[in-house]
Amino acid sequence: MFNKYDVLETINMVEKEHLDIRTITMGISLLPCVAGSADETAKKVYDRICSRAENLVKVAESLSMEYGIPIVNKRVSVTPASIICAPFAAQSAKIGKALDDAARTLGIDFLGGYSALVHKGMADYEKTFIETIPEVLATTEKLCSSINIGSSKSGINMDAVRLMGEIVKQTAELTKSRDGFGCAKLVVFCNAVEDNPFMAGAFHGVGESGTVVNVGVSGPGVVQHAIESIPEANLTELAEMIKRTAFKITRAGQLVAREAARRLGAEFGIVDLSLAPTPARGDSVAQILEEMGLERVGTHGTTACLAMLNDAVKKGGVMASSRVGGLSGAFIPVSEDIGMIEAAEKGGLCIDKLEAMTAVCSVGLDMIAIPGDTPASTISAIIADEAAIGMINNKTTAVRVIPAPGKGVGDCVNFGGLLGRAPIMPVHGESSAKFIARGGLIPAPIHSNKN
Amino acid sequence: MRAVVTVVGKDKTGIIAKVSAFLAEKGVNILDISQTILQDYFAMIMLVDMSGAKDELSVLAQECSEMGKKIGMSIHLQHEEIFNAMHRV
Repeated sequence: MFNKYDVLETINMVEKEHLDIRTITMGISLLPCVAGSADETAKKVYDRICSRAENLVKVAESLSMEYGIPIVNKRVSVTPASIICAPFAAQSAKIGKALDDAARTLGIDFLGGYSALVHKGMADYEKTFIETIPEVLATTEKLCSSINIGSSKSGINMDAVRLMGEIVKQTAELTKSRDGFGCAKLVVFCNAVEDNPFMAGAFHGVGESGTVVNVGVSGPGVVQHAIESIPEANLTELAEMIKRTAFKITRAGQLVAREAARRLGAEFGIVDLSLAPTPARGDSVAQILEEMGLERVGTHGTTACLAMLNDAVKKGGVMASSRVGGLSGAFIPVSEDIGMIEAAEKGGLCIDKLEAMTAVCSVGLDMIAIPGDTPASTISAIIADEAAIGMINNKTTAVRVIPAPGKGVGDCVNFGGLLGRAPIMPVHGESSAKFIARGGLIPAPIHSNKN
Repeated sequence: MRAVVTVVGKDKTGIIAKVSAFLAEKGVNILDISQTILQDYFAMIMLVDMSGAKDELSVLAQECSEMGKKIGMSIHLQHEEIFNAMHRV
């Protein structure tokens, strides 16, 4: 028989502390779909996704009932589309439409993989593909896009960084009736991972097998509650408590991932334990940091608290499962976290502090609204800064900023649902245009040369 | 297959009777019961055998939850593996 306190702890985690399986993401290779024309490929892509993921939603709902843990999102990630679109790059939008159609047919929440990996160089067909992104994101609903522009091994492709600043601006412009919503579905990575189940950055790497199931688990509220239970603890004890909590959450994720993979006839890929906030109160990473003893997130000490949190989460996760992957750590998307929103509204959280925080957490500058008149070169420079942090520190970093058309500091954008709302954050007014115009490759750091 | 039933709510007369009668009707065999009062709240945990159950686990879980609402309690029926996974190294 189980320890009754353990049983009740699990029930409380779900009922009161927002423990959930944030996503079951099925990764599907689209390499077998490449055909002679865009139309033929689009049809094969649609058919393959619809057949492989046919039971995804049904299985997820059934598992959710059986284990008593909510499964919030059902998603699909696919091979970076630039690869399968290479023979007909100018018509890539047809594949984008087929991907979005498949997502609608399946009834899933998001489909990721309208992506390109250009961290060392950008072929003509990849440039053509990337130029289709604004239009595709403006005309699709569930499709997400990500571009990898740098890595610790290859350096930073500054030509791609320059292009992505412009693409982000165009995407915002084409979705200006919704405050630049298209940009919420577009991530620019350094050191992108191939098995990430979280959006908007999920894609199915070419090193992966045919069909895999990756699971993302969340639970900022559970961690916050655990910390609340030991108000006098020192930081060593806090780290231990976070680690134990992360262990339990990851185990729940692993169980669901294994069973989902079995029922869906796919391989079990990884469990990604990432503390992913939602705009709901009590489901916030910022509030964890504040619970540790900060008056408001963004003040001095924030980076240290976040570093400890991120590391303890990883350690608990690694102990719980030998298949930990994805990003695993703490996310700090501003618009999706009630504590971050409030700190930003009160001026306590600025883009420079967020950049420092990204050096020690699992991703980057995420869901940050900036003035609509921010030049493309400034956005490129923000991307370059983040990529530099990722490249030098051997970690994934990302930029998902929304230059909200027609809006400035003092205004707010509201995307609703899990994407939340964000006050417009100021960026530096001084120009970075000459730096960005140089182009070329920032060489890989010396410590990448390990062979 | 075994599952865990938890019943949590304000203590009152007849909770065990109602829940066990419901489970018997559904062909679910009770293997073990543990009951306690936590901060004025009644908390009961049952380990049950589902091999003779008339419905699938996911269906029964839904029915338990609905039955709980009728008697003003929060009732969960979950696969035992979730507790093994989370609380055993």
